Amino acid sequence: MSEQSIHTSVPAELAPPGKVGRLSRLMHRSERARGYGLIAPALTFMLCAILLPFAILVVMSFWTATGFDFDTSFSLENYKQALERPIYAALLERSLWMSGIATVAAVVLCYPMAYFVAFHVHRHKMFWIILMTLPFWTSYLLRVFAWKVVLGYEGVINSFLISVGLIEEPLEVLLYSQSAVIITLAHAWAAFAILPMYVSLEKIDRSLLEAATDLGDGPVMRFLRVTLPLSLPGVISASLLIFIPTTGDYITPALLGGPDGAMIGNLIQKMFGPINNWPMGATLSILLMLCISVICVLFILLTLFVRRRIS
Amino acid sequence: MSEESYIHRRNRPLQIYAVIFLILLYVPVLFLPLFSFNDSLYTTFPLTGFTLKWYEELWTRDAMWAALFNSIKVGLFVAAASTFLGIFAAKAITRYRLPGRGPIVGFIMLPLVIPLIIFGVALLVLLSRLGVPLSLYTVSAGHLIVCLPFAIATLIPRFEGFDQAIEEASADLGENGWWTFWRVTLPMVFPGVLASFILTFTVSFDEFIMAFFLTGTQPTLPVYIWGQLRFPQSFPSVLALASIIIAVSFVMVILSLYINRGAQFGGTKGSGHD
Repeated sequence: MSEQSIHTSVPAELAPPGKVGRLSRLMHRSERARGYGLIAPALTFMLCAILLPFAILVVMSFWTATGFDFDTSFSLENYKQALERPIYAALLERSLWMSGIATVAAVVLCYPMAYFVAFHVHRHKMFWIILMTLPFWTSYLLRVFAWKVVLGYEGVINSFLISVGLIEEPLEVLLYSQSAVIITLAHAWAAFAILPMYVSLEKIDRSLLEAATDLGDGPVMRFLRVTLPLSLPGVISASLLIFIPTTGDYITPALLGGPDGAMIGNLIQKMFGPINNWPMGATLSILLMLCISVICVLFILLTLFVRRRIS
Repeated sequence: MSEESYIHRRNRPLQIYAVIFLILLYVPVLFLPLFSFNDSLYTTFPLTGFTLKWYEELWTRDAMWAALFNSIKVGLFVAAASTFLGIFAAKAITRYRLPGRGPIVGFIMLPLVIPLIIFGVALLVLLSRLGVPLSLYTVSAGHLIVCLPFAIATLIPRFEGFDQAIEEASADLGENGWWTFWRVTLPMVFPGVLASFILTFTVSFDEFIMAFFLTGTQPTLPVYIWGQLRFPQSFPSVLALASIIIAVSFVMVILSLYINRGAQFGGTKGSGHD
């Protein structure tokens, strides 16, 4: 794309001002218009389907619930409550914390895998990539459900350990705990970690590695000083791609979390469901988005800073 | 073979790690079919015996069939709509110099990362303020948001993968824009179109959280399954149903990847190794 734009902008600049310039400008404009025309249906739909609901969500977060109706006068009451009542802050913090751990676990466990496929698989690379990402395409609900079967009170692990004779009673900590949610999240989002890391590892110029070796670096130093820093963009996007969606996850904590492993998504659902306090649910959604944005910006700034220090 | 330097040396521990990784990736899901053939209400070891009765029981569940048809209806509509919109969007993104292209693409891809629960509740709020009753149409609208990014991401490598000169040749030979598109562009990107259709259908068919918020009186299949999870006695049937869905999803995704081979994950790079 950048090459293209260079090619076309040069003659436009060289052309003498006057008829040719105007003509080419006109053609450019009509081409641009055609391009926008083609993307317009998709973009219009997305704008309507994303911005409108969000705008109303923001507006509603300043309303208050009165029984079965809303008081539509502007009020900061929800935000005040969200800050004052410890349950909201605690749940939000716990969600960020749990999906943070799940993100780190997924990235750390998937990095060697991405590294393996990028550097040590020479034939049938595509086959390996498909094999690693295939489960991701199947129903998220059913994959989480599968973990319930594995971790359940009368599930695979417990009944296996009992039949082997290692334990007498089923372990209760497996299901309905924070660790159950974290394990499942890390497992279910693995594909999101592998793909970006694989792409950035695959892009690394192999001659840099040879150069590092020629200059006397052993495998460990070579990895730390060349491969890891160069694959950092992939690690960053992998982390964000997992962290952002998992903080608001509903299915996993609802099926496997129990009271201890509940996350903010469960509370948002309750606000729109059984508790029936939509404005509060809207407020919590907005706060969740704000927290995610702030953390992501900080994270990106931090990694940029670290990268500058390394290089 | 001189290029097979120390960097390409085999790494035994890494190979073992890779195999364990793949096993752990698939094993939890494989317990579903395993227990769906087990003659017991509980998912416990040791297995008690082989049976097909959970699958037979599915046959008699009218509510499940209704939910299945709802899901198929929504899936077909969403796949057609998102692929149709996606073709034009992908063409615009790859073929025209659009100022602000990056932000536009980024915006369209937002639903891939933002927690879907937020999209779900936001749409729910909008629809209720507008007075639109929840139905399969509202579910479809929600799924279209989820599927459009997938359609565009599948189609972009296809458009990037073929030479623009072919389109220009067609125009030079006197075809107008529409005929060029119809007779040259579309046949060239057709594998991508088919792959996008199958993928978006699968994504819509499996999607739960949007449907959970936006479904009215007619549940989609995942919403129906969610409801069944509360009843312990229907647990084995859910296992059977889940096994079928996962098997079909695997087949559809592999099919779409096969159709669209040569244009995946940046096309130019991933396949051009060695």
